Amino acid sequence: MKKKGRQEKLLQGNEAIVEGALRAGCRFFAGYPITPATEIAELLSVRLPQVDGTFIQMEDEIASLAAVIGASLAGVKSMTATSGPGFSLMQENLGFAVIAEVPCVIVDAMRGGPSTGLPTLPSQSDIMQARWGTHGDHPIIALCPSTIRECYDLTIKAFNFSEKYRNPVIILVDEVVAHMREKIVLSDEEDIEIFNRVKPTVPPEWYIPYEDTPQGVPAMANFGEGYRYHVTGLTHDIRGFPTSRPDEIDPFIRRLFRKISQNFSDIQIGEFFQTENADITIIAYGCIARSAKRAVIDARERGVKVGLLTLNTIWPFMRAQVEKVLQTSRVIIVPEMNMGQISREVKRVNKGAAKVFTLNKVDGTIITPQEILARIKEVS
Amino acid sequence: MVEVTKLIHKYLRHDKKFPHVWCPGCGIGIMLGALVRAIDRVGYSKDEIVMVSGIGCTGRLPVYVDFNTLHTTHGRALAFGTGVKLANPNLKVIVVMGDGDAVAIGGNHFIHAARRNIDITAIILNNSVYGMTGGQFSPTTPYGMKTTTTVYSNVEQAFKISELAVTAGAVFVARGTVYHAKLLDGLMEKAFLKVGFSVVEVISHCHTQFGRLNRMGSAVEMMQWQREHAVTVEKARQMKEKELQDKFKIGVLVDRELPVYQDEYEKVRKWSQGVVKK
Repeated sequence: MKKKGRQEKLLQGNEAIVEGALRAGCRFFAGYPITPATEIAELLSVRLPQVDGTFIQMEDEIASLAAVIGASLAGVKSMTATSGPGFSLMQENLGFAVIAEVPCVIVDAMRGGPSTGLPTLPSQSDIMQARWGTHGDHPIIALCPSTIRECYDLTIKAFNFSEKYRNPVIILVDEVVAHMREKIVLSDEEDIEIFNRVKPTVPPEWYIPYEDTPQGVPAMANFGEGYRYHVTGLTHDIRGFPTSRPDEIDPFIRRLFRKISQNFSDIQIGEFFQTENADITIIAYGCIARSAKRAVIDARERGVKVGLLTLNTIWPFMRAQVEKVLQTSRVIIVPEMNMGQISREVKRVNKGAAKVFTLNKVDGTIITPQEILARIKEVS
Repeated sequence: MVEVTKLIHKYLRHDKKFPHVWCPGCGIGIMLGALVRAIDRVGYSKDEIVMVSGIGCTGRLPVYVDFNTLHTTHGRALAFGTGVKLANPNLKVIVVMGDGDAVAIGGNHFIHAARRNIDITAIILNNSVYGMTGGQFSPTTPYGMKTTTTVYSNVEQAFKISELAVTAGAVFVARGTVYHAKLLDGLMEKAFLKVGFSVVEVISHCHTQFGRLNRMGSAVEMMQWQREHAVTVEKARQMKEKELQDKFKIGVLVDRELPVYQDEYEKVRKWSQGVVKK
């Protein structure tokens, strides 16, 4: 039976991200063409004007994120999309979005690096750049889809988190997921939670724009709504004005971290697959989680007890979930298309109960189920 | 004096942010005065103004004014302002920058904002030097001048900001000085009222850094230099090229009509919605 507003589509990851963004309420996109993220810009240049939104192609990626932040301050949910080289240029204003607490979403379709690297080939090597790319101590949220449905759902989540926690959210999608196509069912009637920024309810003269709250997230007034306040990239006091007082700097920086750290249970999304009695657990993300799932099923058929923990939230690192499998499994394998960016985190939280093995591939091709199976055989 | 006090109380965050960071004698204060007087004359409400800036001495200006204020990263003010304006076209976006902000690190954003002809007013204070970092040369430092990074002599040619704006496509370009304060009020007022990308270049002085290193004297003496070297556009028409050699023109340099970005994009919306056929 065909329901009203129900659509079955064969979508590319980048296209599903666009659908998710529009569903989340995104009405502004500023970007600069780059492979393998360009489809997002192309599609939004068609779709955004249709819904009275705005698409603008800026002169570079620095300007793109700047415009996105400006639009968000004016009250419109905004995003940009790029790949490694452009993501490098965005680090400057990414830090601005963090310190000024401006909601925005940045898609990084990961290709091989460093520098121009491998424009058309997949990689997962921007994991640490997403975490530490911009200077200074700062919290970050980064999500990583491994299916087309997750591209849609996690993009909506990305907007929700950015609005809820007033922090930029990065979608780390590898080139494989960005460009592969899968069936997806979208429905207008589907009950999807959409979160919009909390606005001040007090009169303008009482408004304290960077006030500490139990949630750690101050209410946000949009420009033009009568709450005239100062937004700055300088470290500021609760009124938004620059400060160099130690007793104001410290609580500010700590609040930025607290607003994320006290909400791990909301932000951290992952999936345990047959990990309960697993002797060996694979920790994977992005397209490699798909290979890993195949490997788990195949291994189980051969009688080897293997499980999989898929990380959909890359940052903040899913320590509690990883610790769980570190305690229940004898061996952990972390296959990833980089030199070991997540395995480094897994090893960091490992207290010695399990042995952590890596499986790194940096030749521009994905890690196959066979390669994971071979690694399982090797280490077990 | 009563008038000035009234404006201070109306537009400045006088009870919150003062004293300011600028050196005694700095031209930025005069430019701020002109800004506030022009805004008052145009009659914008404080809620509809978004004042955006970048980094440097001039970048600090928005913190002192009671508008929606946005102090961004170095050179990026126009790009932030572009986002603000497109997201809410009812807002009046005024971007204040220094010479380093506008034509060094932000040079690319500057020419592209002008090319797009987005409805923003850019006010650029040109004091030929990086003041806040201690007096290094900028793209507008004249050839042969001394700064802390050209101690022997500057061997680079200077940008002419207004001429650059004209070439890049700005529909309104004017130049003034902080010495000619009354003229500046009028130029800013005209720029605010112009729909499209408007630029007011404000020639100012940095006696603390640039003046000291080049033995140009006090703030007053540097303002006298402005008086002696500025020629109004009208007067310049009567002068020979040779007479104008060491002079610069002040007044409205360009006032023309070109398609404005937001109006053009509104057409894109209508085409995309099938309301109007392309």
